[in-house]
Amino acid sequence: MESDAMRVDGNAMAGVLGEVFDQDMTTVRVACGGCGKVEPVGAEHAYVRAPGIVMRCCHCDSVLLVVAHTGETYRLGLGRSKWLEFAERA
Amino acid sequence: MAYVSRGFRGKRAKEREDSRLPPGQYLVDDFPVLSAGPTPHSPLDEWTFTIESEVAELKRWSWESFRALPAEEMRVDIHCVTKWSKLDTTWEGVSIDTLLEGVEHDATHAMAFSDGDYLTNIPLEDLLDGKAWVAFAYDGSPLEPEHGGPARLLVPHLYFWKSAKWVRGLRLMDHDEPGFWESYGYHIYGDPWREQRYAGD
Amino acid sequence: MARAAVRGRLTWTLAEVVDLIDETPRVRSIVLDVPEWIGHRAGQHVDVRLTAEDGYQAQRSYSIASAPEDQRLALTVEGLPDGEVSSYLVGELRTGDMLELRGPVGGYFVWEADMGGPLLLIAGGSGIVPLMSMLRHRNASGAEVGAKLLYSSRSWEDVIYRDELERLASADHRPEVVHTFTRSQPPGWTGYARRVDGQMLAETAWPAASMPSAFVCGPTPFVEAVAAALVLLGYPATSVKTERFGPTGG
Repeated sequence: MESDAMRVDGNAMAGVLGEVFDQDMTTVRVACGGCGKVEPVGAEHAYVRAPGIVMRCCHCDSVLLVVAHTGETYRLGLGRSKWLEFAERA
Repeated sequence: MAYVSRGFRGKRAKEREDSRLPPGQYLVDDFPVLSAGPTPHSPLDEWTFTIESEVAELKRWSWESFRALPAEEMRVDIHCVTKWSKLDTTWEGVSIDTLLEGVEHDATHAMAFSDGDYLTNIPLEDLLDGKAWVAFAYDGSPLEPEHGGPARLLVPHLYFWKSAKWVRGLRLMDHDEPGFWESYGYHIYGDPWREQRYAGD
Repeated sequence: MARAAVRGRLTWTLAEVVDLIDETPRVRSIVLDVPEWIGHRAGQHVDVRLTAEDGYQAQRSYSIASAPEDQRLALTVEGLPDGEVSSYLVGELRTGDMLELRGPVGGYFVWEADMGGPLLLIAGGSGIVPLMSMLRHRNASGAEVGAKLLYSSRSWEDVIYRDELERLASADHRPEVVHTFTRSQPPGWTGYARRVDGQMLAETAWPAASMPSAFVCGPTPFVEAVAAALVLLGYPATSVKTERFGPTGG
C-alpha cells in the first residue's frame, strides 16, 4: 500500500471513539468485512481531517467505522466492519 | 460554550465582506486538505470519465478526449462543511452542460463517483445551467492529487463535500440516494446558505 | 490504576499551564496541572481543544512527554509554520492560562515496564515525544529491559530533550541512543547523516530473534517506511506499533 501523508493510526481516533463508547477503543479488535482480517483499532488506518473521521482496514482500505459529529450527536457508521470484540471489564 | 482560550484566533483570514460568507463559515488563506481515504493515483492513460444510467454506459471520455472538450475558466467561492470558506478561487474545467449535451435521459438526480469509492448525490438541476464543472486546473495549474487531481467535480453553490475529488463519472438516477457522507449523517442536499450541514438541519 | 488510566477522562477538562520549557527553537514543552488527573501510560496522548471568542474551535492530539511517575503532566509541541494550534501553543500560551484537554487516550500505542522488551524506539522529529515518555518511565521504574532509540532529526539544534538523552545514555541500564541528522551535522560528526533506511536499521535495531517490541513515531511517510523496513528485517507486524503524526509531523 502506498504511503499517504494524511493517513494516521486508529489510535488517533481514541478521543472521539472514547466519547462515543465511554471507554478506550484502541485495543478493541475489529473484523473487516472486506478482506476478513482482524486487527485492533489502534493498528487500523484513520483519516481524521475530514468532515467526519474515517477508519479503514489497514490491509484492504475498506471503510470500517465513520464518526460524524453533528454538534449535538455523534453518528457512528459501521461501514464494512463485520464485528467488534470488546474485552470483558472487571 | 467551551472555555475560550485567551488570545486564540485560529488561522482565519482577516474579517472581510461578511455578505459573501454563508452562516457559520470562516475565511481561510490556505487551501485545507481534507481526506476520507488514501489519495488515488490514477494514471492518465487509464483515466476515463463516464456518464451512466442505472443500466448502461451512455458516454465515455478518455483523458485526451475529455481535454479536447471546450473548457472554461471560472472564479467561485467555495464553502466546506467544516466551516472554512475560500473566496474567489479560480478553476478551469468542462461544464456538466457540455458533458451532458446530447445525452438522452429522464434523470432527476446524479451520483458522482470517484476513485477510492467515494460517492456523492446531487439533484440534476444543480449540475446544469452553468452551476457545475469537472475541473482539471486550480489557480492556473493542473489540479494536484491532494486536491482531487487529475479532475474533480466542482459544484460551488453546495457544501464542498459535494465537489467530489478524483471524480470518474456521473450515474444518472430517477430518484435521490445518499452518497458517502450523506449516509453517515450529512445533509442530503447541503446548501451552505441554509446551513444544511447535517441530516435534519 | 492501569485500567483507570486506560479509560482516561473521556470528556473535556480544563488544565492550568504551570510551566513552559523551550526545548529547541521550534519546540516547547507545556507542563500542566490537571484536576483529578488519574495518571497515564507511556505512549498515550491527549486531545487539546482551542476555542476563539466567536466560538471557532480547533483541535489536535499531542503525545504526553512525561513519565507516569512524574508529578505533573507534560506535553511537547512542535510549532509548525502553518499550524494554527501548534503556533498558539508554542508562541502565545502563557503560564497561568488554561488549556482544554481530553484524555489520556490511546491504549494501543503504550509501553509499560511489565510488558518487557527489549525495546526498539524509532523517532522522526517530534515523534520522539511519546517515546521519551517510555524512556522516562523505563528510567523511573528501574526496569531492566534493553532499549535502543534511533532518533532522526534535521540537525543537532533540533534534537528535543538533547541533554536529558545524553544523561539517560550514561545512566545505569542506559538506553542506546543513536542519532541521525538529515540536513546538517554537528562539527566532527562521524555518525549517521541521512534518512533512516533499511541499512541503518539493520545496523542499529535489535535482531528480530530477540523478540523486541518496536515503537515508531513521526510523520506518516517516515513511519510507514520504517515499519515496512522492520518487517523486512523479520520483525512480525504485530511487534511493530506505529503512531503516525500525519503530513507535517504533529
